[in-house]
Amino acid sequence: MGSTSSTLAKIPNAEDLMQETGFTPAHLVRLYDRFKVLDKDKKGFLTPQDFVAIKELAMNPICDRIIGAFFTSGGETLDFPSFVRILAHFRPIDKNRPKEPTSPDPINSRSNKLKFAFQLYDQDKDGKISRHELLQVLRAMLEKQVTEEQLESIADRTIQEADLDRDDAISFEEFRKSLEKVNIDHKMSIRFLR
Amino acid sequence: MTLLPRLSLALTLLVVFSELSQANILRSSSGSSSGSEGSPSTNVTSNSSTTITTLPIVTWKWHHVETPYLVALWVLVCWLCKLLAQLNARLKSFFPESGLLIICGFILGGIVWGADKAQTFKLEPRNFFYFLLPQIILDTGYFMPNKLFFSNLGAILVHAVIGTCWNAGAVGVSLWGCYLGGAMGDLNIGLLQFLLFGSLLAAVDPVAVIAVFEEVHVNEVLFIWVFGESLLNDGVTVVLYNVFDAFVSLGGSKINAGEIIKGIVSFFVVSFGGSLIGVAFAIIISLLTKYTGKVQIIEAGFIFVLGYLSYLTAEMLSLSAILSVTFCGVCCQKYVNANMDEKSVTAVRYAMKVFANGSETMIFVFLGVTAIDNVIWVWNTGFICLTILFAIVYRFIGVFTLTWMLNRYRLVPIEVIDQLVMSYGGLRGAVAYGLAASLDETRIKEKNLIISTTLIVVYFTVVIQGLTMKPLVKWLKVKRVEPTELKLIAKVNNRACEHILAAMEDIAGHYISISDLIFDTYITWFLMKPEARKNKDYLFSIFHKLNLEDAVNYVAEGEKRGSLAFLRNGDRTNVDFDKKFGMEFSGVMPDITSDDMCDTSLSIRDSIPSVSLDIHEQDMKDMNEDFNAHHLLQQHLYRSRKNHRHKYSRSDFKINQSEDEVQEIFQRTMRSRLESFKSAKMGVSPAKKITKHPKPSQKMSNGKSTDTSKSYPYGDEDFEFSEVDSAYSGDAAAAGGSSPMRAPPYTVGAGIENPAFMPEMDTPPPPWLTEVETDTSVAPSQRAQRQLPWSPTNLQRLTPLRISNRSTDSFVMADVPAAQDSPEEPPEDGTLPH
Repeated sequence: MGSTSSTLAKIPNAEDLMQETGFTPAHLVRLYDRFKVLDKDKKGFLTPQDFVAIKELAMNPICDRIIGAFFTSGGETLDFPSFVRILAHFRPIDKNRPKEPTSPDPINSRSNKLKFAFQLYDQDKDGKISRHELLQVLRAMLEKQVTEEQLESIADRTIQEADLDRDDAISFEEFRKSLEKVNIDHKMSIRFLR
Repeated sequence: MTLLPRLSLALTLLVVFSELSQANILRSSSGSSSGSEGSPSTNVTSNSSTTITTLPIVTWKWHHVETPYLVALWVLVCWLCKLLAQLNARLKSFFPESGLLIICGFILGGIVWGADKAQTFKLEPRNFFYFLLPQIILDTGYFMPNKLFFSNLGAILVHAVIGTCWNAGAVGVSLWGCYLGGAMGDLNIGLLQFLLFGSLLAAVDPVAVIAVFEEVHVNEVLFIWVFGESLLNDGVTVVLYNVFDAFVSLGGSKINAGEIIKGIVSFFVVSFGGSLIGVAFAIIISLLTKYTGKVQIIEAGFIFVLGYLSYLTAEMLSLSAILSVTFCGVCCQKYVNANMDEKSVTAVRYAMKVFANGSETMIFVFLGVTAIDNVIWVWNTGFICLTILFAIVYRFIGVFTLTWMLNRYRLVPIEVIDQLVMSYGGLRGAVAYGLAASLDETRIKEKNLIISTTLIVVYFTVVIQGLTMKPLVKWLKVKRVEPTELKLIAKVNNRACEHILAAMEDIAGHYISISDLIFDTYITWFLMKPEARKNKDYLFSIFHKLNLEDAVNYVAEGEKRGSLAFLRNGDRTNVDFDKKFGMEFSGVMPDITSDDMCDTSLSIRDSIPSVSLDIHEQDMKDMNEDFNAHHLLQQHLYRSRKNHRHKYSRSDFKINQSEDEVQEIFQRTMRSRLESFKSAKMGVSPAKKITKHPKPSQKMSNGKSTDTSKSYPYGDEDFEFSEVDSAYSGDAAAAGGSSPMRAPPYTVGAGIENPAFMPEMDTPPPPWLTEVETDTSVAPSQRAQRQLPWSPTNLQRLTPLRISNRSTDSFVMADVPAAQDSPEEPPEDGTLPH
């Protein structure tokens, strides 16, 4: 996979992307290389099949959801900027970057990270995790030993705990409230290679 | 309890044996003054010199066999001690095994001392370093989770090198300060001797540490830190000890800056030299195993001989032998496992564990035996108490400082509680004693004081700290967890996040670095057999493992039942299996069920599969529904790959649960992909397949598993083409439950309540058969077509009995099945407990 290393110059709109995502040039170049590796047929974009071919992903119980998250806009293709934008959710929150109240929320902010997680559950994009949607995720994430009844009881319980307005579904606001104690920055940041 | 008689039996056994050994000892001490070390040759001459008057029919030749006999007897006695220690489950649950063994040693030592009025047996440093230690270190190295180790090597080295030096120096200097302050009376001991003492006390014992850590839930990073640290730190300690020893013999007056620099240089040369020797031997082993297939029967032995040689070679060159054998084990494992035959690999693993556990047991027992000796005991309260105090305090300071430094470069810092655990886990062990015992009495006047203090420190850390570790952690965890009890959604999401992160790392390509590439291509090419290189494919290896496991299970189960009947009564078999399974896991990974609720969740774990569904439902209705939901969730959520513990365990090397989980997930993925693939490609023709497996058979399972074409996963990264093949595996997996090991729930969900239903569950046609139809109708990829003809034969080979008879029926002898089924079913119903 050690294809020829690219330089920043080859990446279209590199400056804007860096500005938007907060990646350093080194990161961006690396991701671009990776993008090209994933893009086996040199199409210039990625398809869900390209992701499916990453063998480690097959070991991930929610890989379908994750792959789906890359293709939210409904299309079957993913170009490099979108690829980077999605990965940018997982950049650690910069501690020393001065906080400018005027600037918009960076992609890797806490609430954006949460939104990313939320949309994995919320497949029909109605802004709510319904019981059905939750069940689907749970089924994927729980061992096969768990019986259907147990699964349902877990799902009911989960919704009951988080559901503040008693509509039998978890809205994003409720989702955020439930996760208040969780250090999302730790949970949803990875270290990108340079 | 039934335990009691067994225990008493074991106790009497032990007493008998120790009496026996004692008798021998008596004889030996009366017979020859040379004791156990007496050379056989003198005995031979003395025997032959006695003139005989008549031909004896048998003669008493004790002196011929004395030494080896005593050795063998002691080995036996020590192992019996271990057996004894293992027998009492309740004692074991709170008392660390190493501590129990030491206490057994006290008792044995007492018996020997009572008989001889002196300690005839003690742990000689020579025996310890040449015969007992190497295999333990080789074992830990060989089973080291490699990737984890190398990715954390930096932190491990920081802790092992800097931490050890800090401990040695700080303890030595502080003790010296207190000595000057007059805290320990009048001793003939100087700063250098104190430093020497400090350095030998810095050895954190991997055996004791692992023993304790297995009982405590720690995360992967912490585990490898402590494990790696304790392993490398032994090597570092020995090196440090040698440097200070040289300083001591040089004498304080001759030490100048030059000598100190030489000491530092020698420290690094010895450590790195030792490691290099180890790597060199690892390469030799790997190369050799490329060609040892011809002598497969002794193949496994090469690993041990060469591992031992690497130890001795490093020792001969006065390099660090411990580091040498460590790196030898770490580096060769991957290639050895790939190159050698499956059987040899298993043999190596078993033998490795036998040797390591055996000598570990002996070491602990002898640590106890050695103590019962009035010669070595020199009591100096100030010295001993201060040593313990400093050893613990500086360990804490060292760990916290170093971790604080390392945390600055870590994304997710090591938490305080983990640091506490890490510091508290600084158990000292036999290496410290071995070093103390090998001090030179002419130069170190207070050798006996040092030995007795070292022993006290070892006992204190192993017994007291080992004993309090678990309660302490529990207490800390409970304290910390309580205020932030998470909601279910948060728990689910936390786990989801872990999966997401793992996925993102895969997507962003975290693992592929240049060095990996070089490794993968050149070194692998150099050190691995060509066939092995092919097998290295991940998919293949997963399926391979899965298959082996299945096959073994089926055969074992079939033999146990003695007939095909077992295949029928799903629930009893499964219960048995689960019991066994549960027990196994409670031993192997006590931390699955996270700590504070250990007991309750364990019981749940047992109850889910073995107790029938209705009971469980009642439970659910109960008020503890909440509790149940939380715990079910916690137990059964898949761990993300990052949190899998590919953990070294002292006494087990089974495929651990995470492996199973990975496989399960993988198969589910494959299955769902197959479904979507089918629906996408076949579009219109699903009618045929609706009748078959998915819903009914999935629940009923046992039926179909083995489209054992899963043995031909043809692991490609390229799923588009391999999809059809993997499809089998997907099914196999889903059904794959079929092996009782993996799918207890199905039976719970399905069979038990309604036994009458069971005979019907075979009605769906054998899946692979239908599979074949669908596949051909879909016009599969080239590869798939090529593969198809093979499947029936594979099927027959690896299929579980029940299926095999079914599938062969339908495939090969289409007329038999009816005849075969009928005799089988009636007894089936009869055997059901309901």
